[in-house]
Amino acid sequence: MRTRRLRRIALNTAGIAVFAVSAFPVFWMISTAFKPNQEIFSSTPHPVPFHPTLHNFDYVLNGGIAGVSFWHYFVNSLILATGTVVVSGLLALLAATAVARFRFRFRTTFLILLLVVQMVPCEALVIPMFIDLKHLGLLNSLIGLTAIYVGFALPFGIWMLRGFVAAVPKELEDAAAIDGAGPVRVFFRILLPLVAPGLVATSIFSFITAWNELIFAYTFLKDQDKATLPIMLQFFFGRSGNDWGPIMAASTLLTLPVIGFFLLVQRRMVSGLVAGAVKG
Amino acid sequence: MLDTAQAVRRVPGRTSSGPARPARRRPRLGPYLLILPTLVTIGVLLIWPVIQIAQMSFQKVGLRQLRGEPAENVGFDNYRQILGDSFFWTTVRHTVLFAAAAVTLTLLVGTLVGLLLNQLGRRMSSFVAGGVLVAWATPPVTGAVIFSWLFGTTGGLVGWLLDLLPNWLVGGGWQNYNWFSSPLPDYTVLTVLVVWTSFPFIAVSVLAGLRTVPSELYEAARVDGSSAWNTFWRITFPLLRPMFSVVLVLSIIWDFRVFTQLFILSGLANSDSFNLSLYGYSTAFGSLNAKYGLGSAIAMVLTVMVLAVTAVYTRIMVRQQGVA
Repeated sequence: MRTRRLRRIALNTAGIAVFAVSAFPVFWMISTAFKPNQEIFSSTPHPVPFHPTLHNFDYVLNGGIAGVSFWHYFVNSLILATGTVVVSGLLALLAATAVARFRFRFRTTFLILLLVVQMVPCEALVIPMFIDLKHLGLLNSLIGLTAIYVGFALPFGIWMLRGFVAAVPKELEDAAAIDGAGPVRVFFRILLPLVAPGLVATSIFSFITAWNELIFAYTFLKDQDKATLPIMLQFFFGRSGNDWGPIMAASTLLTLPVIGFFLLVQRRMVSGLVAGAVKG
Repeated sequence: MLDTAQAVRRVPGRTSSGPARPARRRPRLGPYLLILPTLVTIGVLLIWPVIQIAQMSFQKVGLRQLRGEPAENVGFDNYRQILGDSFFWTTVRHTVLFAAAAVTLTLLVGTLVGLLLNQLGRRMSSFVAGGVLVAWATPPVTGAVIFSWLFGTTGGLVGWLLDLLPNWLVGGGWQNYNWFSSPLPDYTVLTVLVVWTSFPFIAVSVLAGLRTVPSELYEAARVDGSSAWNTFWRITFPLLRPMFSVVLVLSIIWDFRVFTQLFILSGLANSDSFNLSLYGYSTAFGSLNAKYGLGSAIAMVLTVMVLAVTAVYTRIMVRQQGVA
């Protein structure tokens, strides 16, 4: 009995330590964002601000970074992420329906293709894409970048969605078809509502992909008024390397929506990547 | 998570492995039309650029070609140049050594945390998992910026903590130590950062796997007086081996490709700390004298490395998940 209790205490202590180490950097970011400068650069750092201030957030939100307001970057990021979500969600739904509902030649080839292209190092593709977009005149355009993000988000999106489509009992669709509903009607009335949760999960994944991306945006969007939040943060960090208060405030504003979304869908992310590998 | 895992396994073809059922009323073109937009997108956005890098790696491509002049074929010159350059091999060494260190540590920490989560009570387990997920969800850009601050020279927390430790143990002067001036400290910070962002995926995968192991096996082991170490290697690991091979391969791929974090931590100016992806990028975009062809050759080396590992991943996935 005694050893069991000791074991429990040891395990819980380890658990709390893991929690603390994992969450600490994000906690430190938020804590720094609320600190006045003299506390940030104090020779004895404190975990929580003594005199919490909104000054850093005010500076980021209203001060303008490189002469452009925070909201400008925010809107650009939002446009890119929304465009990516809508287009890749639509394409993924079509393709996932195909692989989950039909047996056709090249189905396996198609699935393997999705697995392989997911792994292609995007950092390598930035060179030819830069040249192509330059020739197409889409270098400084959010549309060109949205297309690229769709390409990145799509393979995993299909892989994730096909599980959801396959989980919808086919009998439901067959029953509707027998009752005289055409394929389009079956799709909108039966499949779409049942797959909706999966579509939400996939959309959040695509959103995060586009929202977080730095390198392509940094390389392609050279106009300040086209820049996104990650570029803003990178620029801000590169220019005023030690202005940690505002940098952490900006990081907080960039990060919190992602963490919120992520907590909603993390289960699906794991299953998409390792699903069949976990034997049941 | 399990419901999806089961759902994925219920995919047609797994259950009905025979030839396609003939009596379907839908047009036979249907599935092809459904995947057509995806095929076009992937073809244009992912496959065509790979072909282009391969092609450009045999050409001299610079700013003139951006204006539309045709590129000059130079055969294997680009490859000859990089393979004969000791700096290229330094970046290869950085890439491989970093991946080795980061993958090992990530798998170790992730597995331990996964095992711990499985042992904790229900409420404690979700609490700890919540913290772990925060680390996972942090965008790479912010993660790198936060770690620059933690390891910063003025007011950085890590330097302050190290100076609190006795000097005979860790030495002194950490508060003014510049972590971003040479490869070893650079990659130390990068490794800590990458392990911090990547271990949650392993932990959650291990936890999901453990939940599927029948508890009778563990009871039997306990009755037989098996130690925790033996139980792990004799029961847990063999049963979860397929999952471990997938996450191992994925981790290798991800860590070979690391870019954003290093780009922010040490930057384009600090060429001593380049890895392959940063070297390729900087050759193409880092200076006014853009060398897209040479950059492509470097990027090609990375792509081939990653695709070689991907081949292993694909084989495992096909065998286990039955995509066929």
